[in-house]
Amino acid sequence: MRKIDKDKPLKLTTSELLALDVSKAKVSILSSLLSIFMGLVLGMIIMLIVKPESSFGGLATILTGGFQDGAQSFGNVLHYSTPLILAGLSVGFAFKAGLFNIGGAGQIVVGGFVAIYIGVKWTWLPSEIHWIVAMLGAGLAGALWASVPGLLKAYRNVHEVVATIMMNYIGMYLVLILIKGSVYNSDKNETVSVPRAARLPRWGLDKIFEGSYVSAGIIIAIIVSIIIYIIIFKTTLGYQLRMVGHNRHAAKYAGVNEKRNIVYSMLIAGALAGLAGGTIYLSPAGRHIEIVSQLVSEGFDGIAVALLGMSHPLGVLFAGFFFGYIKTGGFYMQSWGFDEEIINIIIASIIYFSALALIFRTKATQIILLFGKWFRNIFKKEKPKDKENRGDLDEEDN
Amino acid sequence: MKKIINNLFKSCKALLNKLFTKIKTAKKKTLLITIIAILIFISVWLWDNPTFYFLTRITLYSSIPLMVVALGGMFSERSGVVNIALEGMMLMGAFVGLFIMYILQGKGYNGQHIFLLSIFIGGIVGAVYAILHAYASINMKANQIISGTALNLFAPALAIFLARFFTGTQQLNFSDPFRIKRMGFLSDIPVIGKILFTNVYLSTYIGIVILLVSAIILYRTRFGLRLRACGEHPQAADAAGVNVYKIRYAGVIISGFLAGIGGVVLIVATTTTFNANVSGYGFLALAVLISGQWRPGRVVIVALLFGFLLKISDAVTLIPLLDNLRLPSNVYSMLPYIATLFVLAFTSKKSQAPRAAGEPYDAGKR
Repeated sequence: MRKIDKDKPLKLTTSELLALDVSKAKVSILSSLLSIFMGLVLGMIIMLIVKPESSFGGLATILTGGFQDGAQSFGNVLHYSTPLILAGLSVGFAFKAGLFNIGGAGQIVVGGFVAIYIGVKWTWLPSEIHWIVAMLGAGLAGALWASVPGLLKAYRNVHEVVATIMMNYIGMYLVLILIKGSVYNSDKNETVSVPRAARLPRWGLDKIFEGSYVSAGIIIAIIVSIIIYIIIFKTTLGYQLRMVGHNRHAAKYAGVNEKRNIVYSMLIAGALAGLAGGTIYLSPAGRHIEIVSQLVSEGFDGIAVALLGMSHPLGVLFAGFFFGYIKTGGFYMQSWGFDEEIINIIIASIIYFSALALIFRTKATQIILLFGKWFRNIFKKEKPKDKENRGDLDEEDN
Repeated sequence: MKKIINNLFKSCKALLNKLFTKIKTAKKKTLLITIIAILIFISVWLWDNPTFYFLTRITLYSSIPLMVVALGGMFSERSGVVNIALEGMMLMGAFVGLFIMYILQGKGYNGQHIFLLSIFIGGIVGAVYAILHAYASINMKANQIISGTALNLFAPALAIFLARFFTGTQQLNFSDPFRIKRMGFLSDIPVIGKILFTNVYLSTYIGIVILLVSAIILYRTRFGLRLRACGEHPQAADAAGVNVYKIRYAGVIISGFLAGIGGVVLIVATTTTFNANVSGYGFLALAVLISGQWRPGRVVIVALLFGFLLKISDAVTLIPLLDNLRLPSNVYSMLPYIATLFVLAFTSKKSQAPRAAGEPYDAGKR
């Protein structure tokens, strides 16, 4: 057995580093930041290959685009992050219970359809509660849609990944059929516009961020993520869900009704995705469901958000803001001659890098240890005495 | 080389032997199946109408790519690596393969040669793309579903980005001279001639060859045995001297190769524009694989069923019984997905997934 010297982290092996007692939250956050950095580097490399002369400007635009036009851009960042946060919470919540909810797209579109339907048809509702009813309907519809894979998983052992993917396509086609029978605008081949009274209120946010699409949705998203945090970490239900997520069989042995918990977690996840659908289609920007057989992209973006936020509600909140931020930057990329798809490339590579957690966690541990030593040296006002260690800083571990 | 041929020859012989002994032993069941097959054949022969052949033909157009991709997934999952990235691998293969086709067409090359070349290049690109998944899930012990999702997100973004950059739009248009109208006397064989030898693509035969070869590789070769062992109990395989990492790499790369081929074949047989998506066929292939219980024989049957359900909405006006119902066409589009859920709901209880699929292999863990 080799002696483990915390002061020389670059000389430790992977398994030794992972076994060290370093704050897990710190390591996770730092490794997420490292994967974001690597994703941006990869995007930069692609831009350099394709069009070297404007690549640096492009990168600068991605990083600063959220502030390009001042308050208006930042308001739009908030607007675009709203559904991302909610969809990310949906995936993350299911992930806590050990389920991989890829069905965001279906749940979002079903929730969005119900929101539009209530918004357009139930005009007898007073305008103060109209949008609230529409949002609740969206959440319920999403929950209903996610309950099918949940029940199939719990009672028929159907793999939830395949079941939710199938439900995506069923939801998409079903919504297309339903739209044609109810809220169809045949001129534009999409849904009719939701009247202004049923859309999300602005709550004075439009005064702060003038000219942007920001609405109450972002505040709902923040409140919901706090509620989800409380459910996961402060309630019995959340504790049981996490137990099932860690080890389904152990939870069952400990007396947890694991089947019921699987269904519950899918219901809540579906409701969150449905709410995301509501915020998309009731937003002041006025989006419509088009009659095309294509899945809603926010469903898959939600997976990215949840993975980057490590399924922790507050992590998801920040990851949602981050993706909303660089997506807003992406809209300005045209001026550099790049397609906005470069943002999706960067997001996908961030997810890939965060899957390579092993490397990044060890690197993060090393960095934390090095910085810890550095800080200690500063505060103790000692002279750094590891002169023989200096040259090792850029040495690879094995 | 000689050794390999000898081995193949021996294994074919063994297969035939086993087949004959099986026929002798399982008399009742086989007899029943044979009689049913003959009856179906005769009834189809009697019910000889163009609608039927149209249906079988378009069914084959979507079944063959589904089957090829599902077989690809089989190699990966039976080696113990869950491959949800089939969609992305298909898309990458299809994009590069069709880009080559887009460039070469109209420059005086033989149509079928271009087709074969783009299939091959599509396969290679899929295999290269699969290495990313292999690296993450084998070396880095990553969560295989996360890595697969990342690759699924990456492929369309890159395809759209590059297509828009090189051609201005995200669509790649190509012409379709690849359909073979007739194949001489083969087309005159009753029933089979009309199903398999008229209006076909070369890819149909490639698909059939891939099916036979993968069944033989999986069940009749040393590599196949090792592959299956790594998917069931990698520790035992390792103890027996098998290099689990190498075998799993091979499994994932083969799956990428087949997925890339499937992508090109799908696009060519079903449309003449490539719009940077493969319309969820990768996910469907995954469902085919699971409903087919990770076995080549059942995968074929499920793929044929799914291909039929996928294409029924195109043919609905030709079938008076269904046309009279006057349902919206999207109802038929939903059918394959609903069918998948039903099939899975009834088969998943006694699902025989490779036991170690999804678990990274750690040599230090016992």
